[in-house]
Amino acid sequence: MNSYEPWSAARAAEIIAANVGCEGPALPILHAIQAAFGFVPEAVEPMIADALNLSRAEVHGVVTFYHDFRRKPAGRHVLKLCRAEACQSMGGERLAARAEAALGISLGETTADGRVTLEPIYCLGLCATAPSAMLDGRVVARLDEARLDRLVAEAQR
Amino acid sequence: MNTRLFIPCDAGAVAVGADDVAAAFQAAALARGVTLDIVRNGSRGLYWLEPMVELDTAEGRVAYGPVAAEDVPALLDAMLAGELHSLLVGPTEDIPWLKRQTRLTFARCGVVDPRSLDDYRVHGGYRGLERALALGAEAIIEEVVQSGLRGRGGAGFPTGVKWRTVAAAAASQKYIICNADEGDSGTFADRMILEGDPFVMIEGMTISGIAVGATRGYLYIRSEYPHAVAAMETAIQTARASGYLGRRIAGSAYDFDMEVRVGAGAYVCGEETALLESLEGRRGVVRAKPPLPAHKGLFGQPTVINNAISLATVPWILAEGAAAYRDFGMGRSRGTMPIQIAGNVKHGGLFEVAFGVTLGELVDEIGGGTASGRPVRAVQVGGPLGAYFPRALFDTPFDYEAFAGKDGLIGHGGIVVFDDTVDMARQARFAMEFCALESCGKCTPCRIGSTRGVETVDRIIRGDEREKNLVVLEDLCHTMKFGSLCALGGFTPYPVMSALHHFAEDFGVTPPVREAAR
Repeated sequence: MNSYEPWSAARAAEIIAANVGCEGPALPILHAIQAAFGFVPEAVEPMIADALNLSRAEVHGVVTFYHDFRRKPAGRHVLKLCRAEACQSMGGERLAARAEAALGISLGETTADGRVTLEPIYCLGLCATAPSAMLDGRVVARLDEARLDRLVAEAQR
Repeated sequence: MNTRLFIPCDAGAVAVGADDVAAAFQAAALARGVTLDIVRNGSRGLYWLEPMVELDTAEGRVAYGPVAAEDVPALLDAMLAGELHSLLVGPTEDIPWLKRQTRLTFARCGVVDPRSLDDYRVHGGYRGLERALALGAEAIIEEVVQSGLRGRGGAGFPTGVKWRTVAAAAASQKYIICNADEGDSGTFADRMILEGDPFVMIEGMTISGIAVGATRGYLYIRSEYPHAVAAMETAIQTARASGYLGRRIAGSAYDFDMEVRVGAGAYVCGEETALLESLEGRRGVVRAKPPLPAHKGLFGQPTVINNAISLATVPWILAEGAAAYRDFGMGRSRGTMPIQIAGNVKHGGLFEVAFGVTLGELVDEIGGGTASGRPVRAVQVGGPLGAYFPRALFDTPFDYEAFAGKDGLIGHGGIVVFDDTVDMARQARFAMEFCALESCGKCTPCRIGSTRGVETVDRIIRGDEREKNLVVLEDLCHTMKFGSLCALGGFTPYPVMSALHHFAEDFGVTPPVREAAR
């Protein structure tokens, strides 16, 4: 399970200050913010803009460009299923449909109880042991229906 | 002497239980009152055998696999008693799949302890840097030019020529960037080398820095590779503490330091100018060229930006000499290519071999056909922007020009095998869908064309004015190919058109019309 700090502007300011000195600090700051709070709160955008001498629109543009940065918190567990070609060749599409049915949500959504976010991912580099997935940062490969079901059950706990 | 075991910490091995196997060995050893010396090595790249456990013996390393945690107690007993076990594969170096390879870039991967700088040095590490320091900047570049090394990211531009351009540029600050944004499905060579032999990346970037006069380096790794990020962070700290990064590296007059930067899930950032934008903290939007990154790259400074495998090959070239590398290969494709055999394949993994091996050998002999046991129908070579090849083209040799001659590309060396259940119209649709999802949005052919492409393929699949829409699709692909700013929009037509040309029946087209569509 993922555990994050509650939003705190003071903590965000600390994170920004710790990274602002490096070359090209925007992505390191955004990664650090998301690692702390689990998402990139809108309230942090003007703070980053101010620290980097950018417009708020520019920072918003960066946050929304990258698939990794979340605009709102994810579920307690995040299950990412690889949807790229190597996993497709081993039945990844069928497994994704199975996971969607089991959780009652579509890829990109979070269950109503806030337990599981199901997301597509385009390649974990585990293409010789396809199909693969990542549950809260843990990689799992050679998925079949039984292994997927166990993974989904684990995510629902 | 303690019993010494090698259990990979490679993400591909961990994903199929290597951590559980390592824990099971510790527990079984404790129960038997023996002490095991477990080395968490990288992967040898024989993924169907992962988790592959190796036992160190007087006669060399012996491999067992694929090992599951529940196999461990009996396996350890057999190992300790010197008895045979059903999971025994044999002496690792004698496994035909490994023996048939020419491992230059991946010589140490899966052999050494990736955390150990001493192990790296014992296995030939830093011999390239040593010779580079003796040669000096100009001679290093000449050596890389003479080796014939070309960009392993897919573009195939001569690495040494790129370096020469940066070396000739005058600037107060130059940069070395290693592109490890390995987003292509079916590829994992970067991941394996970053996890299994991280010091070679540092050595390669350091040599590049000395050659062109750059003192700072960035290693851009995609966020989907957390194990690789961790391995590199650790190796960089170790190298810095041992005088291999920082001021006066290895006691020389040169300074060079580097850090890891993590991507954020944008496929297009593997394109070099989008990667530069991303490193600078902006949206990963492609830049128009010129100016070339070699002239105006990171923060407007002259920048070497090379693929991870190109840079990881440099230490070998410097240590062994340009001629030794150039002797391998065919035509203008010199040296070796770490080919990644993936997807629906029996023996998937990393196969480093001199250019010239045919696609058929790779898929049928080395890969052993499909994992499902069904006939191989199509093979996508070169990632999501690479063409689908039918069996009829299996005589194509692995070579930049030969693949281009068949309307394909070798890209980063990934091969994804599909059996006869694949629907090629759906694969064509996916190629357009992926392009739409990952387009940076800067140029119209890619941004709009990809979405129109999905719609057009859908109409063809539905049989909605099929003949008319086939013409539209062909025209759209032409526009994307020649009108896009970078390879994302420019190469998406490869999988689409190859699927249509070679597998027209999946689009509801009868063979005679197939020629007309061409």
